[in-house]
Amino acid sequence: MILSANSLIEVQDLKVWFPIKRFLREPIFVKAVDGVSFNIARGETLAVVGESGSGKTTLGKACLRLIEPTSGRIIYDGKDITRLSNEELRSYRREAQIIYQDPFSSLNPFFTVYRALEEPLIINGVKKGRSEQIYKVLEDVKLTPVEEFVNKYPHMLSGGQRQRVAIARALILRPRFIVADEPVSMLDVSVRVEILYLLKELQHKYGISFLYITHDIATVKYFSDRIAVMYAGKIVEMGNIRSIIAEPIHPYTQALVEAIPDPDPRNRFVERKVIPGEPPNPINVPLGCRFHLRCPYSDRRRCLKEEPELRDFGDGRRVACHYAEQFIKR
Amino acid sequence: MEEILKIRDLKLYYRTLRGTVRAVDSISFHLCKGETLAIVGESGCGKTSTAIAIMRLLPRNIDVYEGEIILNGVNIMQMDDERFRKEISWRKISMVFQGAMNSLNPVIKVGFQVAEPLIIHAKMDKNKALSKARELLELVGLPAFIADRYPHELSGGMKQRVVIAMALALNPSIVILDEPTSALDVITQANIMNLLKKLKKESSLSYILITHDLALSSELADKIAVMYGGKIVEYGTSEQIYLDAKHPYSQKLLASIPTLRTDKKLEFIPGAPPDLVSPPSGCRFHPRCPYTMPICKEKEPPFQNVEEDRYVACFLYGG
Repeated sequence: MILSANSLIEVQDLKVWFPIKRFLREPIFVKAVDGVSFNIARGETLAVVGESGSGKTTLGKACLRLIEPTSGRIIYDGKDITRLSNEELRSYRREAQIIYQDPFSSLNPFFTVYRALEEPLIINGVKKGRSEQIYKVLEDVKLTPVEEFVNKYPHMLSGGQRQRVAIARALILRPRFIVADEPVSMLDVSVRVEILYLLKELQHKYGISFLYITHDIATVKYFSDRIAVMYAGKIVEMGNIRSIIAEPIHPYTQALVEAIPDPDPRNRFVERKVIPGEPPNPINVPLGCRFHLRCPYSDRRRCLKEEPELRDFGDGRRVACHYAEQFIKR
Repeated sequence: MEEILKIRDLKLYYRTLRGTVRAVDSISFHLCKGETLAIVGESGCGKTSTAIAIMRLLPRNIDVYEGEIILNGVNIMQMDDERFRKEISWRKISMVFQGAMNSLNPVIKVGFQVAEPLIIHAKMDKNKALSKARELLELVGLPAFIADRYPHELSGGMKQRVVIAMALALNPSIVILDEPTSALDVITQANIMNLLKKLKKESSLSYILITHDLALSSELADKIAVMYGGKIVEYGTSEQIYLDAKHPYSQKLLASIPTLRTDKKLEFIPGAPPDLVSPPSGCRFHPRCPYTMPICKEKEPPFQNVEEDRYVACFLYGG
């Protein structure tokens, strides 16, 4: 893969395998992430979409070195950070942050908002102007009037407000890269959009790159430029979000798009065309194409033996299917 | 169509240290045979409380529980608990609870868990109940051998099917579905929705679907009741609500749903849902409403009939 000058973070053939030790036998591996490559430009959002167990959260954490990658490379700002020691990672830790899914468990219940936001500053040895920074960041996430919020504990806040505190905490060290792991899935529908718009606004203001992890394709359009669809530890399709929704090529992406209803009263009269089954067990992924057991178009020959490669179809679209050409409507 | 359930002025208040929580505050609606009513709204608006009020699964801190629940012409609110348990619960009205798939007993085989209501309520002998359980599992699209499996051997979608089979065991006419797919993946969710559609068509079941997801409710709902702050603010057919919502809250809620296939600018509702211990005066939506008038703060809008079978509680439409 060519190092594009514009990309802030570049992941090459990343693998995260978790060993399961077995008595007197060779360990087996849970291949949570199995050879994933992508890059994210400065100020860009890449959405990673997949079902639970597809490895998207592991991928996000591995990018931050919160989980050690088994192999592959992570290049941040032109520098290989895959094997750096914790000491050497210091500056990366400041610049790369995470927002977790559940604002009810990601905030310490004994810390006030002020204390929660002070923590990263203390750890990073910021001594001067802490309270100015905290007030500034709370204004950034629109928890205003700030005075009302600084001394509150998490239990006094609503879900949306808590998630804003979590965003403020990720933001306070002025990061350039944020992994947002399902940041809105625990929130009410009416609040979700507000939070996504806030993230987008902060992105424009500070030029932050996001890795947006979600299972909900419908929200992706509102907060992403590109999308990568993951299935059983691999990316099966990647490209511009609009063209993927309009014309999904990989049979799995097709199924995913088909499964999501838009609010339309006619939906109740039709049955959705959905694929049967569940994602494979990551310990024991099928040989060949990992999707072949559920794929309505499997040829039962090549798909069973040969693992399809992620091939380039121009305009940033890459698809891992032997028969991708057949699904392109042109 | 034949009306099988009619609810009038149902109230359910809880006693807490902070004061009385008016979780369900005088709601009225009806349900026809073979029809699905979706109750939608944000969390904390009283959706699940409505369900447990109908099923009479009341916690101990009940303050007020009154109103009329008329099932096939009989007011079941007047029945004593024993008679309600024997005649109504599970036989006439059953429920699929939110996250119920995670409450299957891990040390009992699935088949026996499905058979249990048959043994207890229908007094079937064990073998007969087990073979009926196998039939039920097949009805919800699972192979009969699943009956001999333990819950941990099943995937999330399969467990959800088991829980649906349990709800169908005694052939109820109404099934309450409380967020039936909330913890499932999108493809599994679509599979479960297809199953629910199929069951509804085959056995003229009536559903009460409780969800916060208006995109999902369109998969089943014939009628929709939009709840806000313990009250139903709008009631109408699916077409009326999705295509021409009248209450500002319904309009805003619909405008906040991301859609996949169409492009629209998403809106959000500033502020938070009301605290049901001390709800706002007048219309409970007035602090968040873009069209607030002076009267909205003083008087509670009546739940009025604006068209045939369509009700709105908003002063914009008179009252």
